[in-house]
Amino acid sequence: MPLAKKTLWISVLVLWALIFNACSTSKNVSSSNSETISDQKADQLNKAELEELYWARIDSSKMNFTEADVEFMTGMIGHHAQALIMSGLAPENGASPQVRTLAARIINAQKDEIATMQTWLRDRDQPVPEVHIDGLNLMIHGAGMDHSGHMKMAGMLTQKQLVELSEARGKEFDLLFLKYMIQHHQGAVTMVQKLISTDGAVQDEQAFRLSTDINVDQITEINRMKLMLETIESEKKD
Amino acid sequence: MKKNIQINKKPAFSLWIFLLAGALLSFSCSSTEQMMDIEYTSPNVSSLSNVEAPSPDPRVGLGAGLFDAEEAIWNLKKLSSTPPPKDFLGVTNSDLAFKENYAIQGNYNGVVVWDISDPSNPVLVKDYLCPASQSDVSVYGNLMFVSGEGYSGRLDCGTEGVQTAVSAERLRGIRIFDITNIEEPEYIANVQTCRGSHTHSVLKDPNDDENVYVYVSGSAGVRPEEELSGCVNMSPDEDPNSALFRIEVIKVPLSNPEAAAIVSSPRIFENLEEPPSHGLAPADKQAMEEAKANGAFTFEFGGSERVMSNGFAMRMLNVLIEERGGTAGEPTAADTTALRERATAMVNEMFGGGGDDSGRKGPNQCHDITLYPEIGLAGGACEGYGLLLDISDPANPTRIDAVADSNFSYWHSATFSNDGKKVLFTDEWGGGGQPKCRESDPMEWGANAIFTIENGKMKFQEYYKMPAPQTSQENCVAHNGSLIPVPGREIMVQSWYQGGISVFDWTDPNNPVEIAFQDYGPVAADQMANGGSWSVYWYNGAIVSSEIARGLDIFELEANPYITQNEIDAANSVKLDYLNAQGQPKFVWPHTFALSKAYVDQLERNKELDNTTVEMARQSLANAEAANPKVRKKILTELADKMDGMASGNEKVKMLTESVRGLASNQ
Repeated sequence: MPLAKKTLWISVLVLWALIFNACSTSKNVSSSNSETISDQKADQLNKAELEELYWARIDSSKMNFTEADVEFMTGMIGHHAQALIMSGLAPENGASPQVRTLAARIINAQKDEIATMQTWLRDRDQPVPEVHIDGLNLMIHGAGMDHSGHMKMAGMLTQKQLVELSEARGKEFDLLFLKYMIQHHQGAVTMVQKLISTDGAVQDEQAFRLSTDINVDQITEINRMKLMLETIESEKKD
Repeated sequence: MKKNIQINKKPAFSLWIFLLAGALLSFSCSSTEQMMDIEYTSPNVSSLSNVEAPSPDPRVGLGAGLFDAEEAIWNLKKLSSTPPPKDFLGVTNSDLAFKENYAIQGNYNGVVVWDISDPSNPVLVKDYLCPASQSDVSVYGNLMFVSGEGYSGRLDCGTEGVQTAVSAERLRGIRIFDITNIEEPEYIANVQTCRGSHTHSVLKDPNDDENVYVYVSGSAGVRPEEELSGCVNMSPDEDPNSALFRIEVIKVPLSNPEAAAIVSSPRIFENLEEPPSHGLAPADKQAMEEAKANGAFTFEFGGSERVMSNGFAMRMLNVLIEERGGTAGEPTAADTTALRERATAMVNEMFGGGGDDSGRKGPNQCHDITLYPEIGLAGGACEGYGLLLDISDPANPTRIDAVADSNFSYWHSATFSNDGKKVLFTDEWGGGGQPKCRESDPMEWGANAIFTIENGKMKFQEYYKMPAPQTSQENCVAHNGSLIPVPGREIMVQSWYQGGISVFDWTDPNNPVEIAFQDYGPVAADQMANGGSWSVYWYNGAIVSSEIARGLDIFELEANPYITQNEIDAANSVKLDYLNAQGQPKFVWPHTFALSKAYVDQLERNKELDNTTVEMARQSLANAEAANPKVRKKILTELADKMDGMASGNEKVKMLTESVRGLASNQ
């Protein structure tokens, strides 16, 4: 085809296109980018290498801990376990719905944290305390700390206090539960404070996160419990 | 040139062609009156009261893997998935900020800058190694702000951590970078704070173009006084200088950001809970008398007499010594007498008059504060409370309202509706490292709570929690998200850690509904490995997720009966120059055909217009879009006039009318 004719035909086509464009529907058939993701087969190997590096990093990051971190985790497992015993009493001791919800949340939260702390210790080849609860009796097996060691931790209830709590009913239980749980939580906050003021401690990301979460959650809960306690006490006066 | 000459050789032929074309043109587009209706496609639209989500939920039972986990996705399309740069791999990816075409991703090892001009292929621009958790990031102009909270962050960005409990090398607070050249951020300043910075929010006050303000929330332990002078870990009752019960406000002069400094530490929690006052017990009174007898300083604060701690008394004495030009640390008898006389006045002057702030039982810090400067409000998520703050005076935020909720464990963050009439708070139960989306975990715990704001008071409406149960190998709880600017609706995209990404509509605050999601299987099958989406935000059409373990994921919405393509196009007509999700921008929609069509789709979905009217509106909009500007204006004006007659108090019809008129006036 001679160039002239070709050009003409092109101009005709262009005009037609213009006409159709001017009046066509707005239906837009965009050339959708069907090619997704940058994980094409080409960098499969790359990904495998990355994955290997990832797990190596995770493993080596677990080696950045001190004796203080281990002591904190080991101790806090026992500390949390006593909160489980206390909270477990709520349904049968006629606690108010408010206190029962609180107790249920404490059980849920502290059980999970116990599991996390056990994993933390296991991952670092440290002795892992196993918790056994039999009524009011707490037994911790498998870690270097004996029963009396646990009982000496900040905020722990004495066995006498535990029995007292287990014998309280209804409103009396609510009051005593809140009072003792505040004491117990304050002990946990003290333990965190002690940890963070130890040289070299909490450089480990997980330990930092766990101790900070425990600190914040328990302070929040202490405040809530103080408020509940005051409400109950003021009702009592009326 | 050559072409023209050749064409001119056959004038008759080319003239014929042009005439033919002209005839065709006038045939198809001539008169409006007899204009043929343009074909259009009606989108598939369904009511939100009857959402057909995939069943059984494909998010349940997904196979584990780091880069090869099974994945479930609904009404979203994944555009890219990019692993972290090597030095950042295996270290937590955290929050996101956006500037121009860049996504800035925090990581506990520093900051990663991505060019996301092509969302299907993000390009690494800079990986800046400077460890500190959580590396929460924000931008303003040429500045970038990064949070440091953990004990191992260093002033020199070193990776070796800080091995002593008290150290001059530790950074806990805000790092400031100049990102004029984003490929080479320049570390220009830092502001140390007593509790470090877990998160922060940048406030650009509409009335102040010379400064920005950074609100710092810290939740970790208070630094020892020996590390950062003035940090006090006692309750404010014991020492009014306490680092607890307050946030920090940093003022950053834009012309001299190196001079950034704390300008106030508002105690926005003051008097939050006013327990019944019991006064001093007899034993306390006796202790007070003994303390006085032993020479302790006392002062009146919050309605009762208190004993001043020795450290605080010494600081007060030094203030007095300084006043008379003496040597700090060497008080004379006259100084101690002066302090006894002036203690109460000095304390009250220092701490905002004191007032009756006895017995602080409220929160002592915020986790995060979302600032919405255009409406002058902020939502503070502060331990056991959600606060509504007035931020019209940026350095002095004041609390307007506070709500508590027994189902909420730990208030984490806030998102306002675009009109500021609703606010959504999240509850990061368990701190984000725990699996709180198991079948047995209540749907009210670790969820969002939606409030309406009426006359400055927040009123609870409903909870929303990502509905697919997750395994105990997956950390999962409500986390960061942002609005997607679909006009006329509140649609939010939100991270749930390993619970994935959930897109939900909360236009009706009593009935939040999920309309899209994405979820990976666990990072590891046999252990709880930290992972999942930390933050996911909409930015100029892209839905960008910071995946804790896997890197950067980018999605876009796919049209579906619950969000039509018109609604997506209208959302994407909003263009932001930058985004910090905790400094919420007010969305303004340009008048586009997509906007008007989106409203029509919504009117059909909510059955607020009958089908005939919906079709009429769609036909008119299609005709107008195809017409030339003059005709277009006429069609649009006619449509707006017709709609005016039908509005009869319906807000959405009014919005449609307004958008059509706006479109007409643009012609």
